[in-house]
Amino acid sequence: MNKIFEKGGKLWWLHSTADAFDTFLKVPGTVSGKGSSVRDAIDLKRIMIMVVIALVPAALFGMWNVGYQHNLTLGDGRLQILANFWYGFLHVLPLYLVSYIVGLAIEFGSSQIRGEEVNEGYLVTGFLIPLILPVTTPLWMVAAATAFSVIFCKEVFGGTGMNIWNPALVARAFLFFAYPNQMSGSQVWIPNPGPDAITGATPLALDGPAQYGTGFWDLFIGTTPGCVGETSVIAILLGAILLLWTGVASWRIMLSSVLGALFVGGIGQMAGVTGIACWEQLLIGGFAFGTVFMATDPVTSAQTNCGKWFYGFLIGALCITVRLFNPGYAEGMMLAILLMNTFAPLIDHVVVSCSISRRNKKFNAA
Amino acid sequence: MSSNIDLKRGLDIPITGKAAPFISKTIVPDIAAVRPGDFNGLVPRLLVSEGDKVLCGSPVLADKLHPEILLTSPISGTVQAIVRGEKRKLLSVLIKSDLEGACAEFDVSGAKTPEGIRDLLCKSGLWPWIVQRPYGTVANPDARPKAIFVSSFNTAPLAADNEFAFASEIQYIQAGIDALALMAGCPVHLGTDGSLKDSVFDSITGVEFHKFKGKHPAGNVGVQISHICPIRKDETVWTVSPAGLSAIGKLLRKGRLDLYRAVAVTGPMAIEPSYVRTIPGMSVSELAGYYGNTPENIRIISGDPLSGRKCGIDGYLGFFDTQVTMINEGTEREWFGWIRPLRYKQFSTDHCYFSWLTPWRKYDMDTNIHGGQRAFVMSDPYYRKVLPMDIFPIYLAKACLAGDIDRMERFGIYEVLPEDLALCEFIDPCKNEIQDMIAKGIDLMRKEMA
Repeated sequence: MNKIFEKGGKLWWLHSTADAFDTFLKVPGTVSGKGSSVRDAIDLKRIMIMVVIALVPAALFGMWNVGYQHNLTLGDGRLQILANFWYGFLHVLPLYLVSYIVGLAIEFGSSQIRGEEVNEGYLVTGFLIPLILPVTTPLWMVAAATAFSVIFCKEVFGGTGMNIWNPALVARAFLFFAYPNQMSGSQVWIPNPGPDAITGATPLALDGPAQYGTGFWDLFIGTTPGCVGETSVIAILLGAILLLWTGVASWRIMLSSVLGALFVGGIGQMAGVTGIACWEQLLIGGFAFGTVFMATDPVTSAQTNCGKWFYGFLIGALCITVRLFNPGYAEGMMLAILLMNTFAPLIDHVVVSCSISRRNKKFNAA
Repeated sequence: MSSNIDLKRGLDIPITGKAAPFISKTIVPDIAAVRPGDFNGLVPRLLVSEGDKVLCGSPVLADKLHPEILLTSPISGTVQAIVRGEKRKLLSVLIKSDLEGACAEFDVSGAKTPEGIRDLLCKSGLWPWIVQRPYGTVANPDARPKAIFVSSFNTAPLAADNEFAFASEIQYIQAGIDALALMAGCPVHLGTDGSLKDSVFDSITGVEFHKFKGKHPAGNVGVQISHICPIRKDETVWTVSPAGLSAIGKLLRKGRLDLYRAVAVTGPMAIEPSYVRTIPGMSVSELAGYYGNTPENIRIISGDPLSGRKCGIDGYLGFFDTQVTMINEGTEREWFGWIRPLRYKQFSTDHCYFSWLTPWRKYDMDTNIHGGQRAFVMSDPYYRKVLPMDIFPIYLAKACLAGDIDRMERFGIYEVLPEDLALCEFIDPCKNEIQDMIAKGIDLMRKEMA
C-alpha cells in the first residue's frame, strides 16, 4: 500500500478505506506470524461473495417481477423479459445505491475509528436490505433504516462477528415499526400502478393463494406481489443449492426451519385455524427467503450443531404461529428470526452445558 | 490390552516435500545451542560462563524451581556465547564443538529403583523429555502421574516417519519405557498407527496398546489421551516422545548421553528432502545444502508447518523437534483472489473452492495467510470438523481470549495444547491465531492455579 496511508503518513486517517480497496484488488501479502505457517486459501471475502452470488438469482428475478407486477396493473400480462427487467432494475437500483453508500460509509468510518480493516460482512447485508423491502420504500427511509441497523445493531457491538441480530432484518424491523404504512398493506408492492389498477396485497395478507387465485406455480416461480427478493421460491432455491454446496449456510437450520413450519402449519390446518395447506406456507411470504438467507447467518444463528436444530425449528414454528394468529400483520418471518437471534445464545448455552455435564458423567463413571 | 479407535474428524494437509526414507548425512554440528525457550515452565539458571569447557552431558543450565533438573550440553566443546534478549532474558547458550566427542560418563548402576532413575534422568539432562499435562510443561519430579502416554506416530504434515526413524532403536525405546514405568509406577499407554499392518512398535512390551486410525491430529498425544482417559482437574499425566524414550534407553544401556536421532528435512523448498542424523540444538545453517542459494525468501521452521517454530537460517533445531520444514515466504499478491473461481494452485478444505474434489493433489504451500484478520464469524462446528476431541474449540478459544478461568476449565483447557488446535487455525477463514490464544490461556491458568 502507498506510504501516505501508513502510520505517520498524511492520509493515515483513510488507511482502513485504502486497505479495503487494496485488498479488494489483490490478496494481501501478509505472511503468517505466530502459530501455523501455512493457511487454508479460504477467507471471509470468499465466503461473503458466495452469499452474494447465491442472492443474485433472487435479485434478478425480483427486478423482473417489479416490472411484471407494474405492467400487470396496466393490463399487460405478457412476460417481456427484458422490458420488465429494465423497469424493475431502474426502480431497485436506487435502493441498492442507497443501501451500499450509506452502509459502507458507516462501515468504513467505524473501521477507521477502531483502527481495524474493513470487514466484508456489509457486502451481504447491503445486498439483502433492498431485497426484503417493498420496492416503493422511499429512499430516505432506506437510508435511515440502514444507518440505524449498521450503527446500533452492528458497530456498537464491535462490527461483523460481534452482532446479536441480523443487521438486514433489523433495518427492516426499524421500518416496520417506524413506518408501518410503507411496509405492508396493498399499496406498497407495485411502483406507479395504472389508474384502474386492482392493486393487490401479497397472497399472505389475503389469507392464502386460494382466495387470490394464485396457484402453486405462481408462488413457486414468484409472479406475485411482495418484497423484491422474497417472491420467487425457485430463485431462492438456486441460491440455497449454492449455499449448501459450499457449506456456507447450515443445512440443519434450513431443514429444521422447514420442519418447524410444516409442523405448526399442519396443526393449524388440522385444527381448522387456517385454510392454507401446510406446504403452501413454505411458498408464501418471506418464509423461503428468510430460511435460506437470514436464519442461516453464521454470526447470529445458534453456534452448535444441536442448537441449530432447535433454533431452525423454532424459527419455522414461530413464523407460522404468527401467521395463524396475527391477522393484523401476517408476515411472521422477520420477527421469528429476530426473536430466535435473541435466544440463540441461550440455546447454545443449554446445549454446551448439557454436553459438558454428559462428559463429566462419562468421566466419573470411567 | 489393546483398543482400536477410529477418528473421523481431522485433516491431512496435502503439502509437497515429504522426506524420502533414507539418511542422506550425519551432521556433527559446529555449534549447538541449549535453548531454555524449548521447555515450557522452566526458569533457567546459568551454570556455565563463556569460555568454559563442557563435555557431552555436562550441565549447562538448571531449573530455578526444581534445581535438580539440569539441561546438559549435547556436544563437547567450549561455551562460545551466552545470548540474552530483552530484559536480559536468557535465550540460548551456544557451544562450539571441539570435534573430540568426549562424553561425561554416568553411573547407571543406581537406576534400579524409582529414585535412582529419577536422579539419573535429572542429572543427565534427559528429564525435560518428560512433559506434564495439563499445560505441557517440564514434568515435576515430585508429582505422581496417573499414567504415561506415548504416541508412536506423527500425523503432522510432512512429519518424520517414526517407522523409519526408530526402526533400529526399538530396544532403546523398550529400555526407556521400562525405566519410566518403574520410576512412575503407573501404566504406560502406547498409541500406534492403526492404518499400518505391522509396526516396529508392535514388539514393545509392558504397555497398553491403543491403535488410532485417522487423519491429523490422530497422532497428537493430546488427542490420544482424550480418547484413552481424559485429564480432569487436579490430575497429572506425563507424555514422552519416542525420541525421548530412545535417548533415555541409550543412556541406560551405554552410560552416555546420545541425542543423535533422525530428523526429516522437508518442505516444498527443500532440495531433495530426506533425513539427516543430528542432535537437538544443531545450527540450521548446517542444512545449507537443502535450502540452496536464496535463503532470504525461505522460512525455515523447526518442527512441522502447523505448530513448528520459525527459526531462520541463523536459528537452531528445537529440543523436541524431529523435523525441519522449508517453505516459501508468500509475499506475492494474487489479483482478485476472492472472486477467481479456480485458484488452481491454492489448497482449501472449504467447498467455496474446488480443491476438495481433487484429493490426490499436493500443493507447494507458502506462508501467505490468504486474507485479512477478522473477528470469528463462522460457528463452532466449522472448526470441530478438524478436531477429533469432545470439546468446543471456539468456545475454548473465546474463553482464553476473555481470560475467563471458569469457562476455560469447563471447555477443556486441561486437555489441550496449542498444537491440538493447529488445524482449527489452519482452516480459519478469519485468520485468527488460535494457537496463540490457547497458549496465552494456558499461561494464565498456570499463573492463576499455581
